Amino acid sequence: MFEVRIHGRGGQGVVTAAELLSIAGFEEGFWAQAIPSFGSERMGAPVVAFCRLNECEIRSREPITSPDAVIIQDPTLLHQVKVFEGLSPGGYVLINSSRSLDQLGIGEFVDKLPRGHAACLPATELALRHVGRPVPNAALLAGLCAITGRLKPASIEAAIRRKFKGEVGEKNVAAAREAFAMFANVEVKEGARAHAQAV
Amino acid sequence: MLRQCEGSQAVAEAIGLCRPQVICAYPITPQTHIVEGLGALVKSGALANCEYINVESEFAAMSVAIGASAAGARAYTATASQGILYMAEAVYNAGGLGLPIVMTVGNRSIGAPINIWNDHTDSMALRDAGWIQLFAEDNQEAVDLHIQAFRLGEELSLPVMVCMDGFILTHAYERVDIPTQEQVDQFLPPYEPRQVVDPDNPVTIGAMVGPEAFMEVRYLAHAKQLRALELIPELAAEFKQKFGRDSGGLIRSYRADDAETIVVGLGSVNGTIKDVVDEMRNEGIKIGGVSICSFRPFPTAALSTALGRAQRIITIEKSLSVGIGGNVSHNLRMALPDRNTTVYTVIAGLGGRPITRASLKKVFRSALDGLLEPVSFLDLNLPVVQRQLERERLERRTGPAAEAILRDLNTLPAAVH
Repeated sequence: MFEVRIHGRGGQGVVTAAELLSIAGFEEGFWAQAIPSFGSERMGAPVVAFCRLNECEIRSREPITSPDAVIIQDPTLLHQVKVFEGLSPGGYVLINSSRSLDQLGIGEFVDKLPRGHAACLPATELALRHVGRPVPNAALLAGLCAITGRLKPASIEAAIRRKFKGEVGEKNVAAAREAFAMFANVEVKEGARAHAQAV
Repeated sequence: MLRQCEGSQAVAEAIGLCRPQVICAYPITPQTHIVEGLGALVKSGALANCEYINVESEFAAMSVAIGASAAGARAYTATASQGILYMAEAVYNAGGLGLPIVMTVGNRSIGAPINIWNDHTDSMALRDAGWIQLFAEDNQEAVDLHIQAFRLGEELSLPVMVCMDGFILTHAYERVDIPTQEQVDQFLPPYEPRQVVDPDNPVTIGAMVGPEAFMEVRYLAHAKQLRALELIPELAAEFKQKFGRDSGGLIRSYRADDAETIVVGLGSVNGTIKDVVDEMRNEGIKIGGVSICSFRPFPTAALSTALGRAQRIITIEKSLSVGIGGNVSHNLRMALPDRNTTVYTVIAGLGGRPITRASLKKVFRSALDGLLEPVSFLDLNLPVVQRQLERERLERRTGPAAEAILRDLNTLPAAVH
């Protein structure tokens, strides 16, 4: 089982991110379950969604408390919500930011994770450039695939196209492709960091 | 076709395949996506020969469904929570008249305190309204139960509620096999009503019945539900033959044959229960699960067989019968021939409180050790409750309890559980 917890703010699309990830997992033959958090969903308020991927049927319905990966759509949540709570020791962290992990003040924390398991990705910038709106999901999911190696880029693209038809879908695919490319070029730095900087 | 999609979307498509002729809808969370999905199907023309009626309230939704069904149309609606209470009088009427309306309940708690999340209080409040009540364990079963519900209801001339856990199922994306129109048509023939408003053959549907006949009419409703106890497994068997999977039926056992301890639940919590059963079986504990799919009619005989040899039974209940405890355990005792069987009622998941494997395991262990109270509340924050009780002992004007608890907890509404 591979469990992903997505943190964001109401309106950023944590639920959509989890749904997209589940569709991508399904595309590759996994059993996948995406569930929203059962909390108040107001614009701007901290929100959470979950996605599980598994080789066999997923029966449990509990929220994910020990994630294998966390995606953080808004770095200001780092100081407001326990985003790393329960993260498995070999887990992955992906943060939507054009700053570095050190600049965000979590360098020391992510150094405890295996090499290459944490990264920042300027997903909002990528979205603004390709989609024209601050919707970071496509790039972030591509980033998650890149650092975890769990899913193929083609599956993420297929999920995006299934969820967003026509031009919007293609623009999001373009954002995802640039995110993949950034990770393909990046050198894994000392310690735990795989850091994709804005070009 | 196998798809990864939201439960509500899957259910909307399944209902569309059942060729309803009238859909009346009033939106309420967490059911809204279902009727929105159906609205889109009607608008696009994918669902033809169907009148989609936006009504002004849930009372109107059920009233329109009653009228449509009495006029011979296959009628559908969906609701949840306060919505089902608002239509309660009409729900009883549909049950009493024996009109085979199918209604999805996206199970949600009932206020006060106002809360939009999942538990079973809404369906349980209407359990005696004369409707068949089926509970879905996952989204595949939610899809399949709706197809079975139209057939079952129309065979018996009884309305059917398909209950699916709000958010946990309605908003979950998981793989669902959506059948083809041909498959559904082979299972579900066009609606042939037992009673219909027909100007050529005038009848009164809803006649006043005095003391001389009221009991008999009510008894017939009961007899029909007892007949459903036979028909539900028959339809599940036919469904399996035509669709190739197990869905519906009265109850389903999981590793319960030699179990000394059996956990009973309704709906999606059974998935989590099965995972815990597997964990504890690996530790050598003889534990199993029984999922009740049909809560009305209550499968007394089937449960009696499935539970007969267990020493202890634990019911995980998402509704609280205030002042006594569990609704399920209360019914379940009718199925236990051996009065020495210990029944533990565990109230869990109220208002969307997550039911975790860890908490379930802890409570099962405590039942095995004989330490569990007859009625207990999973993960109840006892200190907070006790603080409020103490305040109420000391002071007269303690104010609203809900606000006091929230203040004590200093909750951020969207904090991770």
